[in-house]
Amino acid sequence: MPDIAIRAEKVGKKYLLRHQQSQTRRYVALRDVLADKARRLFRPRRDGETNPPPSTEEFWALKDVDFEVRQGEVLGVIGRNGAGKSTLLKLLSRITEPTTGRIEMAGRVASLLEVGTGFHPELTGRENIFLNGAILGMSRLEIKARFDEIVAFAEVEKFLDTPVKRYSSGMYVRLAFAVAAHLQPEVLIVDEVLAVGDTEFQKKCIGRMQTVAQNEGRTVLFVSHNLQTIRQLCERVLLLQHGRVAFVGEPHAGITGYLNQGGTGFSNAIDLHTYPRQMSPEGGRLISITFLDEQGQPAIRLPATSSLQVEVRFRAERPLKRLDIPMAVTHAEGMRVFSETYSDQFSKADVNPGDYMLRFTLPLRFLKLESYFLTVALIEDGRACDQVDGLPLPEIFDEQADPHLESHRWGVVRIPVEWQPLESSAPAVTIQPAP
Amino acid sequence: MIPSRLIIEAGKAEQHYWADLWRYRELFYFLSWRDILVRYKQTTIGVLWAVLRPVLTTAVFVFVFGRLAKMPSEGVPYPVLVFAAMLPWQFFSGALTEASNSLIANANMISKIYFPRLIIPASAIIVALTDFLISLLLLAALMVLYRIEPTWRLLLLPVFTGVALLASLGAGLWLAALNVEYRDFRYVLPFFVQFGLYVSPVGFSSSVVPEQWRLLYSLNPMVGVIDGFRWSITGVETVIYWPGMVVSLFLVALLMSSGLWYFRKTERAFADVI
Repeated sequence: MPDIAIRAEKVGKKYLLRHQQSQTRRYVALRDVLADKARRLFRPRRDGETNPPPSTEEFWALKDVDFEVRQGEVLGVIGRNGAGKSTLLKLLSRITEPTTGRIEMAGRVASLLEVGTGFHPELTGRENIFLNGAILGMSRLEIKARFDEIVAFAEVEKFLDTPVKRYSSGMYVRLAFAVAAHLQPEVLIVDEVLAVGDTEFQKKCIGRMQTVAQNEGRTVLFVSHNLQTIRQLCERVLLLQHGRVAFVGEPHAGITGYLNQGGTGFSNAIDLHTYPRQMSPEGGRLISITFLDEQGQPAIRLPATSSLQVEVRFRAERPLKRLDIPMAVTHAEGMRVFSETYSDQFSKADVNPGDYMLRFTLPLRFLKLESYFLTVALIEDGRACDQVDGLPLPEIFDEQADPHLESHRWGVVRIPVEWQPLESSAPAVTIQPAP
Repeated sequence: MIPSRLIIEAGKAEQHYWADLWRYRELFYFLSWRDILVRYKQTTIGVLWAVLRPVLTTAVFVFVFGRLAKMPSEGVPYPVLVFAAMLPWQFFSGALTEASNSLIANANMISKIYFPRLIIPASAIIVALTDFLISLLLLAALMVLYRIEPTWRLLLLPVFTGVALLASLGAGLWLAALNVEYRDFRYVLPFFVQFGLYVSPVGFSSSVVPEQWRLLYSLNPMVGVIDGFRWSITGVETVIYWPGMVVSLFLVALLMSSGLWYFRKTERAFADVI
């Protein structure tokens, strides 16, 4: 009889967005609050006033989220950036509280929202293990009991008494994950930790998560953009879209839904208007990106032998000089695979204000059967106008592929090598050492 | 063992608060331990700083108020008079500063992990308390040097220390919570602390304040604490002005309870605004 470990009912989280404020300001200055109060006091608002006080807008990061997770289940949480994944995890780990609804959880919850939280650079590895353990909710006795295991898992025996500020980033992450992986909560929340560390260590982490879920009967909530890992680890996935649950169930269907997302069902355009960016667009703006197969149909899954057509729509808000449009592909593990640019083939364009479309074709035979992400940018005379990252490419499949062989391929791309058929050769001449 | 069920409901984060605070007591211990460990790392004279700071300030005060201004000392050696006040003052100002900035300094923990936030300013105060305990040794040395015999009143020193702790925690909670939203307080605080050093009777005895103003003067809660320290350390010579002491104690209680109230009220939004 599977017990329910997490039950969420009608969970919502509302944020108030302040307008009339620069994006970079992270906190309110008292001055503004006072100035605003004073302004209202001395100058009561008249109709038609040109400068209204800063308005706030409600934004529901999560709305009406219902789901259940069984005891011992590994649930993958997927969704585009800004879909509400992080907010959901923050609610579950009690960092913020929901605006509406109710969540019921069995026992202790530990979150790995970011490994190494609370690590202090001046403290040694040993000290940080204790500190971090305590922060994550372990008692001193528990940490002591598991200390050797943690150290062995992290492979930092030699550097235990070195301040972690002298650690390499790999060691740092390994130690941080090791502490967290040895927590004994009933529910473990993991966010994107596997994006770091080397492949060997990632395998260990995945193994550790499987052990935690299967042998120890713990529930794991796993958030990642790495669809390969999601497929490998999760029994079910929860797909979030614009703060709502778009799908809960079997991973394959969920992942397909994820890759197909952003469209209305008719086209496969990914709307970039509200897509999160590192910078705010200036001068030019990417509007949408569409993935099509060779027949020009919306692409969700594509055979490895075919090619992918990408349509990029953008708007020039003013005349743009020497415009270049680069694209880049990143592997799911975070490695930058390659980049190409419009000016590799054509000269940079001077464009007038207006809407434009650019098409390019990407042959898929150079990619492995893994997840990749696309980056596209608009560059005016060497300066970026707009850039979007992390657009998941359609899933690449190959019916004939041997899964064992595929999982043993090196690297992050495939270079088709021309093999010649096997033939028999003349007996090899053995060279005798001179007497 | 059946794990206890945890229920998160809108607007009901309150109910487990004190139980959680107890459950997370080890975190409190570890955070204090971390701050103490880190405080004097990569300094050459290390913990000596805890001694040096009050000594140097005391020396300056003795020179300015004792020698130049020739303030009355009520028969107590001037260095003892100043040092007995410098101890609680530096504890108070240190604890207040640490506590006020503690939430911002630990912003990444707050935005990533759940625990009762009260732990952070509380553990920050422990660091100031260790500095205080270290400089207490110096007080002992000073008492030996000036042949001041300890009386039973010395036993009440922990009580006044506790009052100073509550005063700094109360004000610290206010400032820490306000700092999360309005970083202005970060800039107000150093000024406030510096101002307080001269407004409080650190460099002089509070008896120099004209009688009719003393009650008003006691609105500064540190007046009561400092008078208490002098009274319990130097023995019979100084007299406590009791009405003022009551006012000070009452204000400390008010500061502490209102600080706790405001902190609890704003606490749940910390992760969203920090």
